[in-house]
Amino acid sequence: MGTQVAELARRSIKRTLRQPAQVVPTITFPLFLLAINAGGLDAATNLPGFPTDSYLTFALAVTFIQSGIFAVLNGGADLARDIETGFLDRLALTPMSGLALVAGQLAGVIALGLINALVYLLVGLAAGAGFAAGLSGALVLLALAVLITFAFGCIGVFAAFKFGDGEAVQGLFPVLFVFLFLSSMALPRPLIEQDWFRTIATLNPVSYLIEGIRSLYIDGFDGEALALAFGNAAVIAVIFLLLAVTGLRGRLVRT
Amino acid sequence: MRFRSVTLGIAWRTLHNFFRNPTLIVPALLFPLFFFTAFAGGLSRVSEAPGFDYAAGYTAFQFVFVLLQASAFGGVFTGFGMARDFESGFGRRMMLAAPGRTAIIAGYALSALVRAVFIWVLLTAIALATGMQVGGDAVDLVGLYALAAIVNFAAMMWAAGIALRFRSLQAGPLMQTPTFLILFTAPVYVPVDLLSGWVEAVARVNPVTAIIEEGRELIAGGGADALPAFGAAAALAVLLAGWALLGLRRAEAAGG
Repeated sequence: MGTQVAELARRSIKRTLRQPAQVVPTITFPLFLLAINAGGLDAATNLPGFPTDSYLTFALAVTFIQSGIFAVLNGGADLARDIETGFLDRLALTPMSGLALVAGQLAGVIALGLINALVYLLVGLAAGAGFAAGLSGALVLLALAVLITFAFGCIGVFAAFKFGDGEAVQGLFPVLFVFLFLSSMALPRPLIEQDWFRTIATLNPVSYLIEGIRSLYIDGFDGEALALAFGNAAVIAVIFLLLAVTGLRGRLVRT
Repeated sequence: MRFRSVTLGIAWRTLHNFFRNPTLIVPALLFPLFFFTAFAGGLSRVSEAPGFDYAAGYTAFQFVFVLLQASAFGGVFTGFGMARDFESGFGRRMMLAAPGRTAIIAGYALSALVRAVFIWVLLTAIALATGMQVGGDAVDLVGLYALAAIVNFAAMMWAAGIALRFRSLQAGPLMQTPTFLILFTAPVYVPVDLLSGWVEAVARVNPVTAIIEEGRELIAGGGADALPAFGAAAALAVLLAGWALLGLRRAEAAGG
Protein backbone atom coordinates (compact mmCIF):
# COMPACT_ATOMS: atom_id res chain seq x y z
CA MET A 1 0.00 0.00 0.00
CA GLY A 2 2.78 2.46 1.00
CA THR A 3 4.70 1.77 -2.22
CA GLN A 4 1.56 2.19 -4.28
CA VAL A 5 0.77 5.54 -2.70
CA ALA A 6 4.39 6.70 -3.00
CA GLU A 7 4.55 5.93 -6.73
CA LEU A 8 1.32 7.73 -7.52
CA ALA A 9 2.21 10.58 -5.16
CA ARG A 10 5.54 11.13 -6.90
CA ARG A 11 3.79 11.31 -10.26
CA SER A 12 1.08 13.62 -8.89
CA ILE A 13 3.56 16.04 -7.28
CA LYS A 14 5.73 16.25 -10.39
CA ARG A 15 2.72 16.76 -12.61
CA THR A 16 1.27 19.53 -10.44
CA LEU A 17 4.48 21.47 -9.87
CA ARG A 18 5.42 21.29 -13.56
CA GLN A 19 2.26 23.12 -14.60
CA PRO A 20 2.65 26.89 -14.12
CA ALA A 21 -1.04 27.28 -14.99
CA GLN A 22 -1.84 25.32 -11.82
CA VAL A 23 0.79 26.88 -9.57
CA VAL A 24 0.79 30.60 -10.43
CA PRO A 25 -2.94 31.44 -10.04
CA THR A 26 -3.13 29.63 -6.68
CA ILE A 27 -0.53 32.04 -5.33
CA THR A 28 -1.29 35.28 -7.16
CA PHE A 29 -5.10 35.29 -7.22
CA PRO A 30 -5.66 34.97 -3.43
CA LEU A 31 -2.90 37.49 -2.70
CA PHE A 32 -4.37 39.96 -5.18
CA LEU A 33 -7.82 39.70 -3.63
CA LEU A 34 -6.21 40.03 -0.21
CA ALA A 35 -4.43 43.22 -1.29
CA ILE A 36 -7.67 44.71 -2.62
CA ASN A 37 -9.75 43.77 0.40
CA ALA A 38 -7.08 44.89 2.89
CA GLY A 39 -7.19 48.40 1.43
CA GLY A 40 -10.88 48.39 0.56
CA LEU A 41 -12.25 47.20 3.87
CA ASP A 42 -9.75 48.64 6.31
CA ALA A 43 -12.45 51.05 7.51
CA ALA A 44 -14.32 48.03 8.91
CA THR A 45 -11.69 47.74 11.65
CA ASN A 46 -13.17 50.92 13.16
CA LEU A 47 -16.44 49.13 13.88
CA PRO A 48 -17.02 48.53 17.59
CA GLY A 49 -16.15 44.92 18.40
CA PHE A 50 -13.89 44.31 15.42
CA PRO A 51 -11.19 41.98 16.76
CA THR A 52 -8.09 43.65 15.30
CA ASP A 53 -6.98 47.03 13.98
CA SER A 54 -5.50 45.49 10.83
CA TYR A 55 -7.84 44.22 8.13
CA LEU A 56 -4.84 42.57 6.48
CA THR A 57 -4.36 40.37 9.55
CA PHE A 58 -8.09 39.64 9.63
CA ALA A 59 -8.37 38.77 5.93
CA LEU A 60 -5.26 36.59 5.58
CA ALA A 61 -7.20 33.48 6.61
CA VAL A 62 -9.30 33.71 3.45
CA THR A 63 -6.26 33.11 1.22
CA PHE A 64 -5.87 29.61 2.70
CA ILE A 65 -9.45 28.73 1.79
CA GLN A 66 -8.99 30.07 -1.73
CA SER A 67 -5.98 27.79 -2.01
CA GLY A 68 -8.27 24.95 -0.97
CA ILE A 69 -10.72 25.88 -3.71
CA PHE A 70 -7.90 25.66 -6.24
CA ALA A 71 -7.09 22.22 -4.78
CA VAL A 72 -10.58 21.09 -5.78
CA LEU A 73 -10.06 22.30 -9.32
CA ASN A 74 -6.48 21.10 -9.75
CA GLY A 75 -6.92 17.71 -8.09
CA GLY A 76 -10.22 17.09 -9.84
CA ALA A 77 -9.02 18.27 -13.25
CA ASP A 78 -5.88 16.11 -13.10
CA LEU A 79 -7.89 13.02 -12.24
CA ALA A 80 -10.52 13.82 -14.85
CA ARG A 81 -7.72 14.01 -17.42
CA ASP A 82 -6.52 10.57 -16.28
CA ILE A 83 -10.05 9.28 -16.79
CA GLU A 84 -10.42 10.93 -20.21
CA THR A 85 -7.03 9.65 -21.45
CA GLY A 86 -7.62 6.10 -20.18
CA PHE A 87 -4.80 6.19 -17.60
CA LEU A 88 -7.27 5.22 -14.89
CA ASP A 89 -8.36 2.21 -16.93
CA ARG A 90 -4.76 1.03 -17.11
CA LEU A 91 -4.38 1.51 -13.33
CA ALA A 92 -7.51 -0.59 -12.89
CA LEU A 93 -5.64 -3.54 -14.41
CA THR A 94 -3.08 -3.39 -11.57
CA PRO A 95 -3.72 -4.66 -8.01
CA MET A 96 -3.63 -1.09 -6.68
CA SER A 97 -6.20 -0.34 -3.94
CA GLY A 98 -8.79 2.39 -4.37
CA LEU A 99 -7.69 4.25 -1.27
CA ALA A 100 -4.08 4.29 -2.47
CA LEU A 101 -5.17 5.65 -5.80
CA VAL A 102 -7.19 8.50 -4.28
CA ALA A 103 -4.52 9.38 -1.70
CA GLY A 104 -1.74 9.27 -4.28
CA GLN A 105 -3.66 11.49 -6.66
CA LEU A 106 -3.95 14.15 -3.97
CA ALA A 107 -0.23 14.36 -3.18
CA GLY A 108 0.32 17.04 -5.82
CA VAL A 109 -2.36 19.39 -4.55
CA ILE A 110 -1.29 18.81 -0.94
CA ALA A 111 2.31 19.72 -1.82
CA LEU A 112 1.06 22.81 -3.62
CA GLY A 113 -1.22 23.66 -0.67
CA LEU A 114 1.75 23.50 1.67
CA ILE A 115 3.84 25.76 -0.58
CA ASN A 116 0.93 28.20 -0.86
CA ALA A 117 0.45 28.24 2.92
CA LEU A 118 4.12 29.08 3.45
CA VAL A 119 3.93 31.85 0.84
CA TYR A 120 0.77 33.37 2.38
CA LEU A 121 2.30 33.21 5.85
CA LEU A 122 5.54 34.89 4.76
CA VAL A 123 3.87 37.48 2.52
CA GLY A 124 1.48 38.35 5.33
CA LEU A 125 4.31 38.84 7.81
CA ALA A 126 6.31 40.86 5.26
CA ALA A 127 3.28 43.08 4.65
CA GLY A 128 2.98 43.83 8.36
CA ALA A 129 0.28 41.42 9.49
CA GLY A 130 0.40 40.20 13.05
CA PHE A 131 0.63 36.51 13.97
CA ALA A 132 -0.31 36.03 17.60
CA ALA A 133 0.34 32.29 17.85
CA GLY A 134 4.10 32.48 17.26
CA LEU A 135 6.34 29.77 15.80
CA SER A 136 4.44 26.80 17.21
CA GLY A 137 1.27 28.41 15.92
CA ALA A 138 2.82 28.56 12.47
CA LEU A 139 3.25 24.79 12.56
CA VAL A 140 -0.38 24.38 13.59
CA LEU A 141 -1.36 26.72 10.77
CA LEU A 142 0.54 24.64 8.22
CA ALA A 143 -1.03 21.44 9.55
CA LEU A 144 -4.51 22.96 9.29
CA ALA A 145 -3.75 24.27 5.78
CA VAL A 146 -2.67 20.78 4.68
CA LEU A 147 -5.82 19.21 6.16
CA ILE A 148 -8.03 21.81 4.47
CA THR A 149 -6.25 21.26 1.15
CA PHE A 150 -6.69 17.49 1.52
CA ALA A 151 -10.39 17.91 2.39
CA PHE A 152 -11.04 20.18 -0.60
CA GLY A 153 -8.92 17.93 -2.82
CA CYS A 154 -11.20 15.02 -1.87
CA ILE A 155 -14.15 17.08 -3.16
CA GLY A 156 -12.31 17.50 -6.46
CA VAL A 157 -11.51 13.80 -6.71
CA PHE A 158 -15.10 12.90 -5.92
CA ALA A 159 -16.30 15.31 -8.62
CA ALA A 160 -13.85 13.86 -11.13
CA PHE A 161 -15.10 10.30 -10.49
CA LYS A 162 -18.70 11.50 -10.56
CA PHE A 163 -18.49 13.50 -13.77
CA GLY A 164 -15.38 12.07 -15.46
CA ASP A 165 -14.99 15.42 -17.20
CA GLY A 166 -12.47 18.20 -16.48
CA GLU A 167 -14.83 20.93 -17.68
CA ALA A 168 -17.50 19.80 -15.22
CA VAL A 169 -14.94 19.90 -12.40
CA GLN A 170 -13.97 23.46 -13.40
CA GLY A 171 -17.65 24.33 -13.20
CA LEU A 172 -17.46 23.78 -9.43
CA PHE A 173 -15.39 26.97 -9.07
CA PRO A 174 -18.37 29.37 -8.80
CA VAL A 175 -20.23 26.97 -6.50
CA LEU A 176 -17.29 26.90 -4.10
CA PHE A 177 -17.01 30.67 -4.25
CA VAL A 178 -20.62 30.88 -3.11
CA PHE A 179 -19.65 28.95 0.04
CA LEU A 180 -16.71 31.29 0.56
CA PHE A 181 -18.69 34.51 0.11
CA LEU A 182 -21.57 33.33 2.30
CA SER A 183 -19.26 32.81 5.25
CA SER A 184 -17.58 35.01 7.85
CA MET A 185 -14.83 35.86 5.35
CA ALA A 186 -15.42 39.63 5.33
CA LEU A 187 -16.69 40.33 8.84
CA PRO A 188 -16.75 38.41 12.13
CA ARG A 189 -20.10 36.62 12.50
CA PRO A 190 -21.25 38.75 15.47
CA LEU A 191 -20.79 41.86 13.30
CA ILE A 192 -22.87 40.58 10.37
CA GLU A 193 -25.95 42.76 10.53
CA GLN A 194 -28.44 40.75 8.45
CA ASP A 195 -29.88 37.85 10.46
CA TRP A 196 -30.38 35.60 7.42
CA PHE A 197 -26.78 36.12 6.30
CA ARG A 198 -25.43 35.45 9.80
CA THR A 199 -27.51 32.24 9.96
CA ILE A 200 -26.12 31.01 6.66
CA ALA A 201 -22.59 31.90 7.73
CA THR A 202 -23.13 30.01 10.99
CA LEU A 203 -24.34 26.91 9.14
CA ASN A 204 -21.54 27.15 6.58
CA PRO A 205 -18.53 24.98 7.53
CA VAL A 206 -16.22 27.32 5.61
CA SER A 207 -16.80 29.94 8.35
CA TYR A 208 -15.22 27.62 10.91
CA LEU A 209 -12.23 26.86 8.69
CA ILE A 210 -11.62 30.59 8.27
CA GLU A 211 -12.16 31.34 11.96
CA GLY A 212 -9.71 28.61 13.02
CA ILE A 213 -6.94 30.08 10.87
CA ARG A 214 -7.91 33.61 11.84
CA SER A 215 -7.67 32.76 15.54
CA LEU A 216 -3.99 31.89 15.11
CA TYR A 217 -3.36 35.31 13.56
CA ILE A 218 -5.39 37.36 16.03
CA ASP A 219 -5.88 35.49 19.31
CA GLY A 220 -3.01 33.02 19.55
CA PHE A 221 -4.28 29.59 20.54
CA ASP A 222 -8.07 29.50 20.75
CA GLY A 223 -8.88 25.86 21.50
CA GLU A 224 -12.53 26.07 20.47
CA ALA A 225 -11.86 27.81 17.16
CA LEU A 226 -9.06 25.38 16.31
CA ALA A 227 -11.09 22.32 17.30
CA LEU A 228 -13.97 23.48 15.11
CA ALA A 229 -11.62 24.16 12.18
CA PHE A 230 -9.81 20.83 12.41
CA GLY A 231 -13.09 19.02 13.07
CA ASN A 232 -14.93 20.54 10.12
CA ALA A 233 -11.98 19.95 7.78
CA ALA A 234 -11.73 16.33 8.95
CA VAL A 235 -15.47 15.72 8.47
CA ILE A 236 -15.34 17.18 4.93
CA ALA A 237 -12.28 15.04 4.18
CA VAL A 238 -13.80 11.79 5.48
CA ILE A 239 -17.16 12.30 3.75
CA PHE A 240 -15.68 13.12 0.37
CA LEU A 241 -12.89 10.55 0.63
CA LEU A 242 -15.51 7.83 1.18
CA LEU A 243 -17.63 9.22 -1.65
CA ALA A 244 -14.54 9.35 -3.89
CA VAL A 245 -13.60 5.73 -3.16
CA THR A 246 -17.19 4.67 -3.81
CA GLY A 247 -17.15 6.67 -7.03
CA LEU A 248 -13.91 4.98 -8.05
CA ARG A 249 -15.42 1.54 -7.49
CA GLY A 250 -18.45 2.49 -9.57
CA ARG A 251 -16.25 3.78 -12.37
CA LEU A 252 -14.07 0.64 -12.34
CA VAL A 253 -17.15 -1.58 -12.47
CA ARG A 254 -18.34 0.36 -15.53
CA THR A 255 -14.85 0.05 -17.05
CA MET B 1 -26.62 44.34 -47.06
CA ARG B 2 -27.23 47.57 -45.29
CA PHE B 3 -25.62 48.49 -41.99
CA ARG B 4 -28.90 48.22 -40.10
CA SER B 5 -29.85 44.78 -41.33
CA VAL B 6 -26.38 43.36 -40.60
CA THR B 7 -26.44 44.86 -37.11
CA LEU B 8 -29.90 43.51 -36.34
CA GLY B 9 -29.13 40.10 -37.83
CA ILE B 10 -26.00 39.62 -35.74
CA ALA B 11 -27.68 40.97 -32.61
CA TRP B 12 -30.62 38.60 -33.11
CA ARG B 13 -28.37 35.58 -33.59
CA THR B 14 -26.23 36.42 -30.56
CA LEU B 15 -29.25 37.00 -28.34
CA HIS B 16 -30.90 33.84 -29.61
CA ASN B 17 -27.82 31.87 -28.58
CA PHE B 18 -27.74 33.62 -25.21
CA PHE B 19 -31.38 33.10 -24.28
CA ARG B 20 -31.53 29.51 -25.57
CA ASN B 21 -28.39 28.27 -23.84
CA PRO B 22 -28.73 27.68 -20.07
CA THR B 23 -24.95 27.53 -19.63
CA LEU B 24 -24.78 31.14 -20.84
CA ILE B 25 -27.89 32.67 -19.33
CA VAL B 26 -27.84 31.07 -15.87
CA PRO B 27 -24.38 32.33 -14.78
CA ALA B 28 -25.09 35.73 -16.36
CA LEU B 29 -28.15 36.05 -14.14
CA LEU B 30 -26.89 34.38 -11.01
CA PHE B 31 -23.53 36.08 -10.65
CA PRO B 32 -24.80 39.66 -10.27
CA LEU B 33 -27.50 38.48 -7.90
CA PHE B 34 -24.99 36.54 -5.89
CA PHE B 35 -22.57 39.45 -5.64
CA PHE B 36 -25.43 41.73 -4.64
CA THR B 37 -26.52 39.28 -1.95
CA ALA B 38 -23.02 38.72 -0.63
CA PHE B 39 -22.00 42.39 -0.58
CA ALA B 40 -25.23 44.05 0.46
CA GLY B 41 -26.19 41.29 2.90
CA GLY B 42 -22.85 40.39 4.39
CA LEU B 43 -21.20 43.77 4.62
CA SER B 44 -24.04 46.11 5.56
CA ARG B 45 -22.52 46.78 9.00
CA VAL B 46 -19.62 48.50 7.19
CA SER B 47 -21.95 51.45 6.63
CA GLU B 48 -21.67 52.13 10.38
CA ALA B 49 -17.92 52.71 10.16
CA PRO B 50 -16.93 56.26 11.17
CA GLY B 51 -16.88 58.52 8.11
CA PHE B 52 -19.24 56.39 6.04
CA ASP B 53 -21.83 58.94 5.05
CA TYR B 54 -24.30 57.67 2.46
CA ALA B 55 -27.93 58.53 2.95
CA ALA B 56 -29.52 55.89 0.71
CA GLY B 57 -28.15 52.98 2.72
CA TYR B 58 -25.72 50.16 2.05
CA THR B 59 -28.09 48.18 -0.21
CA ALA B 60 -28.26 51.08 -2.68
CA PHE B 61 -24.52 51.66 -2.26
CA GLN B 62 -23.76 48.09 -3.37
CA PHE B 63 -26.57 47.97 -5.94
CA VAL B 64 -24.81 50.60 -8.02
CA PHE B 65 -21.52 48.72 -8.00
CA VAL B 66 -23.17 45.42 -8.91
CA LEU B 67 -25.24 47.12 -11.64
CA LEU B 68 -22.09 48.56 -13.24
CA GLN B 69 -20.17 45.32 -12.74
CA ALA B 70 -22.96 43.30 -14.39
CA SER B 71 -23.02 45.80 -17.26
CA ALA B 72 -19.27 45.54 -17.77
CA PHE B 73 -19.21 41.76 -17.64
CA GLY B 74 -22.26 41.58 -19.93
CA GLY B 75 -20.09 43.35 -22.49
CA VAL B 76 -17.09 41.13 -21.83
CA PHE B 77 -19.08 37.90 -22.11
CA THR B 78 -20.55 39.07 -25.41
CA GLY B 79 -16.92 39.42 -26.50
CA PHE B 80 -16.45 35.74 -25.60
CA GLY B 81 -19.20 34.87 -28.07
CA MET B 82 -17.53 37.01 -30.71
CA ALA B 83 -14.20 35.23 -30.15
CA ARG B 84 -15.96 31.86 -30.40
CA ASP B 85 -17.60 32.89 -33.68
CA PHE B 86 -14.26 33.90 -35.17
CA GLU B 87 -12.56 30.78 -33.84
CA SER B 88 -15.15 28.54 -35.46
CA GLY B 89 -14.93 30.35 -38.82
CA PHE B 90 -18.37 31.94 -38.56
CA GLY B 91 -16.75 35.36 -38.22
CA ARG B 92 -15.02 34.88 -41.59
CA ARG B 93 -18.38 34.15 -43.20
CA MET B 94 -19.90 37.24 -41.56
CA MET B 95 -17.07 39.37 -42.92
CA LEU B 96 -17.64 38.02 -46.42
CA ALA B 97 -21.36 38.75 -46.24
CA ALA B 98 -21.23 42.21 -44.66
CA PRO B 99 -19.94 45.01 -46.87
CA GLY B 100 -19.86 47.47 -43.97
CA ARG B 101 -18.03 45.40 -41.41
CA THR B 102 -18.37 47.94 -38.64
CA ALA B 103 -21.95 46.66 -38.49
CA ILE B 104 -20.57 43.36 -37.16
CA ILE B 105 -19.24 45.13 -34.09
CA ALA B 106 -22.45 47.14 -33.82
CA GLY B 107 -24.48 43.92 -33.85
CA TYR B 108 -22.55 42.42 -30.96
CA ALA B 109 -22.73 45.73 -29.08
CA LEU B 110 -26.50 45.83 -29.49
CA SER B 111 -26.84 42.29 -28.18
CA ALA B 112 -24.59 43.15 -25.21
CA LEU B 113 -26.89 46.06 -24.37
CA VAL B 114 -30.06 43.94 -24.59
CA ARG B 115 -28.66 41.24 -22.34
CA ALA B 116 -27.50 43.94 -19.89
CA VAL B 117 -31.01 45.45 -19.83
CA PHE B 118 -32.40 41.99 -19.10
CA ILE B 119 -30.09 41.66 -16.09
CA TRP B 120 -30.77 45.24 -14.92
CA VAL B 121 -34.50 44.55 -14.76
CA LEU B 122 -34.03 41.45 -12.63
CA LEU B 123 -31.39 43.01 -10.39
CA THR B 124 -33.41 46.18 -9.85
CA ALA B 125 -36.57 44.20 -9.06
CA ILE B 126 -34.74 42.13 -6.45
CA ALA B 127 -33.01 45.17 -4.95
CA LEU B 128 -36.35 46.98 -4.60
CA ALA B 129 -37.99 43.86 -3.17
CA THR B 130 -35.29 43.65 -0.52
CA GLY B 131 -35.91 47.21 0.59
CA MET B 132 -33.44 49.31 -1.37
CA GLN B 133 -34.04 53.01 -0.83
CA VAL B 134 -34.13 55.18 -3.94
CA GLY B 135 -33.78 58.90 -3.32
CA GLY B 136 -33.26 59.95 -6.93
CA ASP B 137 -36.02 61.05 -9.29
CA ALA B 138 -36.70 59.70 -12.78
CA VAL B 139 -34.02 61.87 -14.37
CA ASP B 140 -31.43 60.63 -11.86
CA LEU B 141 -32.35 57.03 -12.56
CA VAL B 142 -32.17 57.55 -16.31
CA GLY B 143 -28.71 59.00 -15.70
CA LEU B 144 -27.71 55.94 -13.66
CA TYR B 145 -28.82 53.46 -16.33
CA ALA B 146 -27.26 55.63 -19.05
CA LEU B 147 -23.95 55.36 -17.20
CA ALA B 148 -24.42 51.58 -17.00
CA ALA B 149 -25.14 51.46 -20.74
CA ILE B 150 -21.95 53.38 -21.54
CA VAL B 151 -19.94 51.04 -19.28
CA ASN B 152 -21.52 48.07 -21.06
CA PHE B 153 -20.56 49.53 -24.44
CA ALA B 154 -16.99 50.33 -23.36
CA ALA B 155 -16.43 46.84 -21.92
CA MET B 156 -17.89 45.27 -25.05
CA MET B 157 -15.52 47.34 -27.21
CA TRP B 158 -12.56 46.26 -25.08
CA ALA B 159 -13.55 42.59 -25.44
CA ALA B 160 -14.25 43.00 -29.17
CA GLY B 161 -10.79 44.47 -29.70
CA ILE B 162 -9.25 41.40 -28.05
CA ALA B 163 -11.59 38.97 -29.82
CA LEU B 164 -10.81 40.44 -33.25
CA ARG B 165 -7.07 40.41 -32.68
CA PHE B 166 -6.78 36.88 -31.29
CA ARG B 167 -9.89 35.31 -32.86
CA SER B 168 -9.79 32.58 -30.21
CA LEU B 169 -11.58 31.89 -26.96
CA GLN B 170 -8.18 31.32 -25.40
CA ALA B 171 -7.93 35.11 -25.19
CA GLY B 172 -10.81 35.09 -22.68
CA PRO B 173 -8.61 35.91 -19.66
CA LEU B 174 -7.27 38.95 -21.52
CA MET B 175 -10.82 40.25 -21.79
CA GLN B 176 -11.82 39.43 -18.23
CA THR B 177 -8.79 40.19 -16.10
CA PRO B 178 -8.31 43.91 -16.90
CA THR B 179 -12.05 44.46 -16.52
CA PHE B 180 -11.96 42.77 -13.14
CA LEU B 181 -8.92 44.81 -12.11
CA ILE B 182 -10.31 48.20 -13.09
CA LEU B 183 -13.61 47.47 -11.33
CA PHE B 184 -12.16 46.14 -8.10
CA THR B 185 -9.55 48.87 -7.74
CA ALA B 186 -12.41 51.36 -7.54
CA PRO B 187 -14.29 52.02 -4.26
CA VAL B 188 -16.26 48.78 -4.07
CA TYR B 189 -17.12 48.45 -0.38
CA VAL B 190 -16.70 51.97 1.03
CA PRO B 191 -16.47 55.52 -0.35
CA VAL B 192 -13.09 56.49 -1.76
CA ASP B 193 -12.24 58.63 1.29
CA LEU B 194 -12.37 55.54 3.52
CA LEU B 195 -10.02 53.46 1.37
CA SER B 196 -6.46 53.04 2.54
CA GLY B 197 -3.04 52.04 1.21
CA TRP B 198 -2.33 51.40 -2.45
CA VAL B 199 -6.00 50.75 -3.25
CA GLU B 200 -6.80 54.35 -2.30
CA ALA B 201 -3.99 55.68 -4.50
CA VAL B 202 -5.16 53.59 -7.48
CA ALA B 203 -8.83 54.35 -6.89
CA ARG B 204 -8.17 58.09 -7.00
CA VAL B 205 -6.79 57.87 -10.56
CA ASN B 206 -9.10 55.07 -11.73
CA PRO B 207 -11.74 56.52 -14.12
CA VAL B 208 -14.26 53.95 -12.91
CA THR B 209 -14.19 55.60 -9.45
CA ALA B 210 -15.91 58.72 -10.82
CA ILE B 211 -18.50 56.54 -12.59
CA ILE B 212 -19.33 54.46 -9.51
CA GLU B 213 -19.44 57.43 -7.16
CA GLU B 214 -21.70 59.38 -9.52
CA GLY B 215 -23.96 56.35 -9.89
CA ARG B 216 -24.28 56.25 -6.10
CA GLU B 217 -25.05 59.96 -6.01
CA LEU B 218 -27.71 59.55 -8.70
CA ILE B 219 -29.59 56.77 -6.92
CA ALA B 220 -29.45 58.76 -3.69
CA GLY B 221 -30.81 61.83 -5.45
CA GLY B 222 -27.74 64.00 -5.17
CA GLY B 223 -26.12 63.76 -8.58
CA ALA B 224 -25.45 67.45 -9.10
CA ASP B 225 -22.15 67.34 -10.95
CA ALA B 226 -22.41 64.45 -13.37
CA LEU B 227 -19.96 65.79 -15.93
CA PRO B 228 -16.75 64.09 -14.68
CA ALA B 229 -18.44 60.68 -14.53
CA PHE B 230 -20.12 60.93 -17.92
CA GLY B 231 -16.94 62.42 -19.34
CA ALA B 232 -14.85 59.52 -18.02
CA ALA B 233 -17.36 56.95 -19.26
CA ALA B 234 -17.63 58.58 -22.70
CA ALA B 235 -13.85 58.88 -23.01
CA LEU B 236 -13.45 55.20 -22.19
CA ALA B 237 -16.17 54.31 -24.70
CA VAL B 238 -14.62 56.36 -27.53
CA LEU B 239 -11.11 55.12 -26.82
CA LEU B 240 -12.18 51.50 -26.70
CA ALA B 241 -14.38 51.83 -29.78
CA GLY B 242 -11.21 52.91 -31.62
CA TRP B 243 -9.44 49.87 -30.16
CA ALA B 244 -12.22 47.60 -31.47
CA LEU B 245 -12.17 49.21 -34.94
CA LEU B 246 -8.41 48.74 -35.18
CA GLY B 247 -8.99 45.12 -34.18
CA LEU B 248 -11.48 44.80 -37.00
CA ARG B 249 -8.86 46.05 -39.45
CA ARG B 250 -6.43 43.45 -38.07
CA ALA B 251 -9.02 40.72 -38.56
CA GLU B 252 -9.67 41.91 -42.11
CA ALA B 253 -5.95 41.91 -42.87
CA ALA B 254 -5.68 38.38 -41.50
CA GLY B 255 -8.61 37.25 -43.65
CA GLY B 256 -11.08 36.91 -40.76
